[in-house]
Order: sequence, then structure tokens, then C-alpha cells
Amino acid sequence: MAKSEVSKTGSMTVKRGLAEMLKGGVIMDVVNAEQAKIAEDSGACAVMALERVPADIRRDGGVARMSDPEMIEKIQAVVSIPVMAKARIGHFVEAQVLESLGVDFIDESEVLTPADESHHIDKFAFKTPVVCGATNLGEALRRISEGAALIRSKGEAGTGNIVEAVRHLRSIIGDIRKITQADSAELFEWAKRLQAPLPLVQEIAETGWLQVPLFCAGGIATPSDAALAMQLGAEAVFVGSGIFKSDDPAPRARSIVEATTHFRDAAIIAKVSRNLGAPMTGIGMDNIQERFAERGW
Amino acid sequence: MIGVSRKKSAIKIGVLALQGAFERHQKVFQKLGFDAVQVRTPADLAKVDAFVMPGGESTTMSQLLESSELFDPIGRRIKNGMPVFGTCAGMILLSKKILDGREDQLSFEAIDIDVQRNAYGRQIDSFEAEIEIDSLDSSFHAVFIRAPRIVSLGSEVHALAYCGDDVVLAQQDNVMVASFHPELANDVRLHELFLRGV
Repeated sequence: MAKSEVSKTGSMTVKRGLAEMLKGGVIMDVVNAEQAKIAEDSGACAVMALERVPADIRRDGGVARMSDPEMIEKIQAVVSIPVMAKARIGHFVEAQVLESLGVDFIDESEVLTPADESHHIDKFAFKTPVVCGATNLGEALRRISEGAALIRSKGEAGTGNIVEAVRHLRSIIGDIRKITQADSAELFEWAKRLQAPLPLVQEIAETGWLQVPLFCAGGIATPSDAALAMQLGAEAVFVGSGIFKSDDPAPRARSIVEATTHFRDAAIIAKVSRNLGAPMTGIGMDNIQERFAERGW
Repeated sequence: MIGVSRKKSAIKIGVLALQGAFERHQKVFQKLGFDAVQVRTPADLAKVDAFVMPGGESTTMSQLLESSELFDPIGRRIKNGMPVFGTCAGMILLSKKILDGREDQLSFEAIDIDVQRNAYGRQIDSFEAEIEIDSLDSSFHAVFIRAPRIVSLGSEVHALAYCGDDVVLAQQDNVMVASFHPELANDVRLHELFLRGV
């Protein structure tokens, strides 16, 4: 039998491939090895290693940066599921450091303080897949044109309030639906309006979906929130402060995992929503000082 | 190679849809003209004739198999001869023994192989390669994502393809497994191979 020869790492296929494998799952923010273990025990499909959850970043203020490599490595050592970590927008050296640590996915994240006011990271320069946030379809397509292997709707991280995530998902998916109905001449106008490359817009018209998977982030605090994001069309969810800022993280984490899988089954969502203790308190949008979602260009 | 012979339209293929790349598998079967449905509950399972376990996170799926009360019914169906195809995480779930898994991780022990999780390294080591599959006339583009490795095979298991020295496609009776992702390859031939005779 013939045996295979050449193999290739770091290709777009391989990078998008991991995003495909995370679909239908819950990616949980964790700040230490103990939380990472709880996340894996609860059925997380990946963890996001960071120093402070977004709710604390919001409270503390100051500059939020990439996490300590030591802390990321401790998390890598205790879990067998993929480990993600955040770099600042435009901070390609933080991304290089994260790649050298062997993190499985880099999040170029608006939750951290941006390092560049006009450029995002050239994500094609990395073998590690990079996920970026987006509030609308134009932003999503600009990130894809820079090499993002996965898009997440931004929502408003650290608020425990789903309203912004819903707005962003509806905006992205609503425009995808409209583009599939547009004629070929209208696609030029769409590209102009979205400030996005025409070939990407034309591809959406043809396939009816983004070039990469679309997940939801920013504000998920309950099993119903996760199922809402999934029913709106998200393909997986990130949960940040929602788990470890709640009264009893482990059962809440498990219930969000189950609700994400059975997102159309209200009876199951009802069952897993019982007796979870208090969710994170949350913040109304009128009461926040700074919108993370406005970071990114 | 597997199972009962019936008309294409009458066959219903179930794809385990707890977590992972289930939709990609479903689309391949639909492209081939088969009725393919997502399986999340025992009631869904009861309606299908053949079954696919997709790639994704095996520890997540293991927990959801239990909470969704699917583990025992799937195990029974496999024992009763239901054709099943597991890719990557799906292969881990079907294997006899899992190395580097979680202690509480479930497996169906449906194929006599020992499998090591994440054996090729982290995502940065994920790769694609051309492999030769015995019954296909040209090479197949195989995508390996944080792939598991088959570290040993029982005597009843047929090795159907290699990558380097590793067996990456194997079959025993009604169970076929791949350590790579044919659903990501835009190539329907492996799914056809699985369906041959179903």
C-alpha cells in the first residue's frame, strides 16, 4: 500500500478546520487552572485563558493586555481541550508570543485595550488560527479578508446583558440574507456600503453564508441566552464572565453546554435551567462607561 | 461493504449532533442524494438506519451522550449491526481504548483499536496530506485537526489507509473510523465508500 508523503501545516483549511470542530459547543473564559478544570469537567469544547474576565476588566479600568505566559501554560497543562488566548487588536507581537506558546486559537479581542488605532493583525502571517469580533457584516468581512479563521459577534463583554449580542447577530445574519436575494449589480453597492471586498460579498451571495463559522460572544449569562444565540444563527457560543461571575459556576456551565446542544428543545432548556443559583448581576447598556464593541475598525 | 441493501431514498442517515462538525457530514450525504438528519435524542436515533459520529471535542460529546441519554441506545444499535462511521472525535468514541483521555470519558468499544488523543500535537501541528485509500483510484486529500492516532489494531481490524506509518482509516464489521476529516475535503468518495451496500 502506498504511503503518504508531503504534509502541510498552518493552511487556511487547517485553521478553519478547528473552527468547524468547535461548532455546537461552549468556549469558556477561565482565569486559572482550577477554573479551566471546572470548564472541561462541565463539557466546554475549549477554554479562553485570560487574566481577568471582562466584568473585572470593566470594573478595574486601566490597560488590559495579553495574559502572563506562565498562567497560559498552567492552563494548557491541566486540560486536554483546545486552549485559546487573547491578544490586543493590532498587537501582532502578543499574537507571536501566543503562537510560540502553542495556544490553539488566538482571539484578537476588543476586550483588551487596542494597540493600534487603524490596523488589525495580518492573520495570514500566523499558522495559529485567529478569531475576531464583529458588530456587523462589513466588519466581519474585513476581518476575514485579513485572514480570520472564525468570526464571533462581539456583543458587549462583561455585562451579562445579551441585547448587544442579539443586535450584532441580527445585523450580520440579516445582511447575509439580504445579499442572497440581491442581483449581481446590487452586489457592488453592497460591497461599497459594507466597506468589504467585492469577491467576499459575491461569495456570500452564492453560498448564503460567511466563509468561516460565526459564533456568538458578549453577554451570555443563562442557558436560554445561549439557546437564543443559537436559534438566531450562531454556530457556537463564547461565555465569558457569565459562568465564573455567577453564584455556582459548575452547574451553570453544564447547563449552558446542554442548552447549546439542545437549543431548539424548550423542555430540555427548562430542565437544565432549574436551581442554578443567581446568574451574574449584569449591567444595563445605559450604565456602561465604555463600549468594548466600538473598538476595532 | 456494510449492512442491508435498500433503495437510496429509503435510507435515513443519522449524524450525531451533540457538538462538532455534524453539519458538514450532513451536507455531504445530502449532496449524495441521501436523507441525512441530526441526532440529539433517543427518538431521533430510532429513526435512522446508519450513523455518523463527527469530529469535535470527544470529552464534550462523551458528557453529552450521557446527559442526552444516548450512550446506551447507540451502543445497542451498534451491537445489533447498525453501520457507523466515526471521524476524529467520533473515532475516539468508537475505539476500544482511549489513551490520554479523561478518566470518566466514555467509549463504545465498537472497534478493536487503541487510540491516543491529540497525538500529533496542538493545533499548530494540525496538517493536511494526500493519502492513498485501497478502494479509491486516486489519492484522497486528508485534513487532520488535533488528530488522534491509532496506536494499535486488533487482528479483526482492516487497515484501509496510511499516512506515514500510521493507519488513518480502518474498519471492523459494521464500524469504520478515520482519524482525519473527510467532511472537510469537498470529496464525497469516502462517504460513498461507507454507504456502499447500506
